[in-house]
Amino acid sequence: MSNSAKAPLLLAAGFALPLLSACENPAGLQTEQLGFRGTGMEQVVNPRVQPRQAPIPQTLVLPAQEGEPLARDAYQNVQVLGDLPVSQFNALMTNITAWVSPAKPGDENSGCNYCHNPANMASEEKYTHAVARSMINMTRTINQDWQTHVKATGVTCWTCHRGMPVPANYWVEPAPQRSRGLLQGPTGQNMPRASVAWATLPYDPFTPYLAGAENIRVVSKEIHRSPGHVRSIQATEATYGLMMHMSDSLGVNCTYCHNSRNFGSWNTSREQRVGSWYAIRMVREANNSYVTPLAVKGVFPANRLGPNGDAFKINCATCHNGQPKPMGGISMIGDVPALAAHPPGYGATRAQMIGDRVKGALEAARERIEARRAAGEAGAPADAAPVPVASAAPPAAPAG
Amino acid sequence: MGYQNIFTQIQVKGPLEPGIPLPQGDFPRVGEPTSNYWLGKFANAQIGPIYLGRLGVASLVCGFIAIEIIGLNMWASVGWDPIQFIRLMPWLALEPPGPEWGLRIPPLAQGGWWLMAGFFLTAAILLWWLRTYRRAIALGMGTHVAWAFASAIWLYLVLGFIRPILMGSWSEAVPFGIFPHLDWTAAFSIRYGNLFYNPFHALSIVFLYGSTLLFAMHGATILAVGRYGGERELEHITDRGTAAERAALFWRWTMGWNATFESIHRWAWWFAVLTTLTGGIGILLTGTVVDNWYLFAVQNSFAPAYPPTGVVDPATLPGAMQ
Repeated sequence: MSNSAKAPLLLAAGFALPLLSACENPAGLQTEQLGFRGTGMEQVVNPRVQPRQAPIPQTLVLPAQEGEPLARDAYQNVQVLGDLPVSQFNALMTNITAWVSPAKPGDENSGCNYCHNPANMASEEKYTHAVARSMINMTRTINQDWQTHVKATGVTCWTCHRGMPVPANYWVEPAPQRSRGLLQGPTGQNMPRASVAWATLPYDPFTPYLAGAENIRVVSKEIHRSPGHVRSIQATEATYGLMMHMSDSLGVNCTYCHNSRNFGSWNTSREQRVGSWYAIRMVREANNSYVTPLAVKGVFPANRLGPNGDAFKINCATCHNGQPKPMGGISMIGDVPALAAHPPGYGATRAQMIGDRVKGALEAARERIEARRAAGEAGAPADAAPVPVASAAPPAAPAG
Repeated sequence: MGYQNIFTQIQVKGPLEPGIPLPQGDFPRVGEPTSNYWLGKFANAQIGPIYLGRLGVASLVCGFIAIEIIGLNMWASVGWDPIQFIRLMPWLALEPPGPEWGLRIPPLAQGGWWLMAGFFLTAAILLWWLRTYRRAIALGMGTHVAWAFASAIWLYLVLGFIRPILMGSWSEAVPFGIFPHLDWTAAFSIRYGNLFYNPFHALSIVFLYGSTLLFAMHGATILAVGRYGGERELEHITDRGTAAERAALFWRWTMGWNATFESIHRWAWWFAVLTTLTGGIGILLTGTVVDNWYLFAVQNSFAPAYPPTGVVDPATLPGAMQ
């Protein structure tokens, strides 16, 4: 071979080698097949963008003593945890402090004092006292009645709080946008917002679905056009926004749950989609029964309310923090059985609560959606035939 | 040998060409023709004169109005902040009326501007189409360019006008905006059960990808026989020379048969035209006739079957919450 022919060959090899070196997967991406071959159902995990998790504090476990008094007898004004033996009550208080408001040097309002007046532990003067009661009830409801979602893993305060009084991820209703006279009114979309992973989709996917009970399903079950299925593109975009939030919150893509060739079909979906279906209803109950009622009762101070005066509410990211399973699936509930279930007799209280508060919260959410629609802001999915929220009842109340 | 390279190495410079005389009553051509060396690197070095005429002026005015309506509404949506207008430009949109309006005309703030922008943009496009048609006639050409353009207009009209009317709602139409129209496209496909199972969508993709393939094959063939005068395609159509013979033989050797110097242009024209023609048919049938293309594919046995996962819709379980 002549030298003049060798030069281009060497040049070509010089260009090709760096190209081939990229095949070594320098980012260390891991792919996992999750569905039938050829369906593209897989997850790609990029170790470089894995969410960082705070180390889980050691849970304090105290053995219960024979014949020790109950908290309601030993202490004053113990309304929710009164049936715990004193040792278990104190262990739980210690754990909650470590999970939610660990003592910080130099901050008098951290540690126990975040909820309690140290001079009078029974005092309800701090608003956080009432919030903590509602949150304990919420945690027990989730662990007891929503094993369809949390399975036996359960949740504790740490699942969301991770050592912070306010969990890192929560949602509030967006501030109402002012109208612009004759020009196009607020559309509730087409702005880069993290809530929908920076897409142009309607950026409040929470009020309609995680407080209200709007219909999420948009794909027709009929081949041909049917009068019974009128779902607009706008409604589809709203659902799409919710799905972007779920995907972003769990650090997964669509095919973690769906076979994307037919998003609506259940018998080609993964079991995880069922868990998410319950999750949406679980979060709805948590918001409407345990968070929003506190705001309605005026418990929260102004710095704990959104621009519309609504509470900091729960969404998928609140617990999941970017992971398919919160904390990678680690279960803490075995060490805190006091949070695993309500004591007997709570059901009646809860049924009452669902009858009053939830309905009230749902109606309030509905009214806000209507008001925003009337103001021309399509934050909620508008449809030619809106699904009445009255039929979308909160989760079935347990009998008794 | 200047034509052997993929870049033009020679520029033919002669007296600037003013064009043939215009018929009586037409506007004059505007602009003194000039030539540009760098333009000559990849196109004809001559710039101008341009003929605007009545149709061109009317089209530009309508297009300007449409762009103004869209742009000012976008700008208003960021509170008239010029920096945010540029920064957020890809996200901003002028949205069609909501579903509650059906085909009625809403107030300007609630979709009326979209209707108006759509009207002026459509007027601009149709006037420009008429211009391409009329200019072709004026030059004694065939009207192939106009009809190819018409095929693209067909898809545009189906998306923004014909299909929304058949669906009974302006809300079915596409928003004006960079990312918004892409998110609209994804939502449209999801809502109607996956557009990839729409046979006309599939045909459209075939013609789209086929167009790029044909373009590459044809461009490469002509450049490759440029050294034998292959770029003088019209002469080879009627009087086949060695360039045409070699090009034809190349394709017969490599793929068994060949198009001719004349028919390759029919291939290209039809592939381009059929891309938007079939695409428009596919969009037109979506929602008006077929509500779920995936189920349509299952019914017509062209969706591959995979083992079911056994997952059951929890809403269908006895006593399920909703």
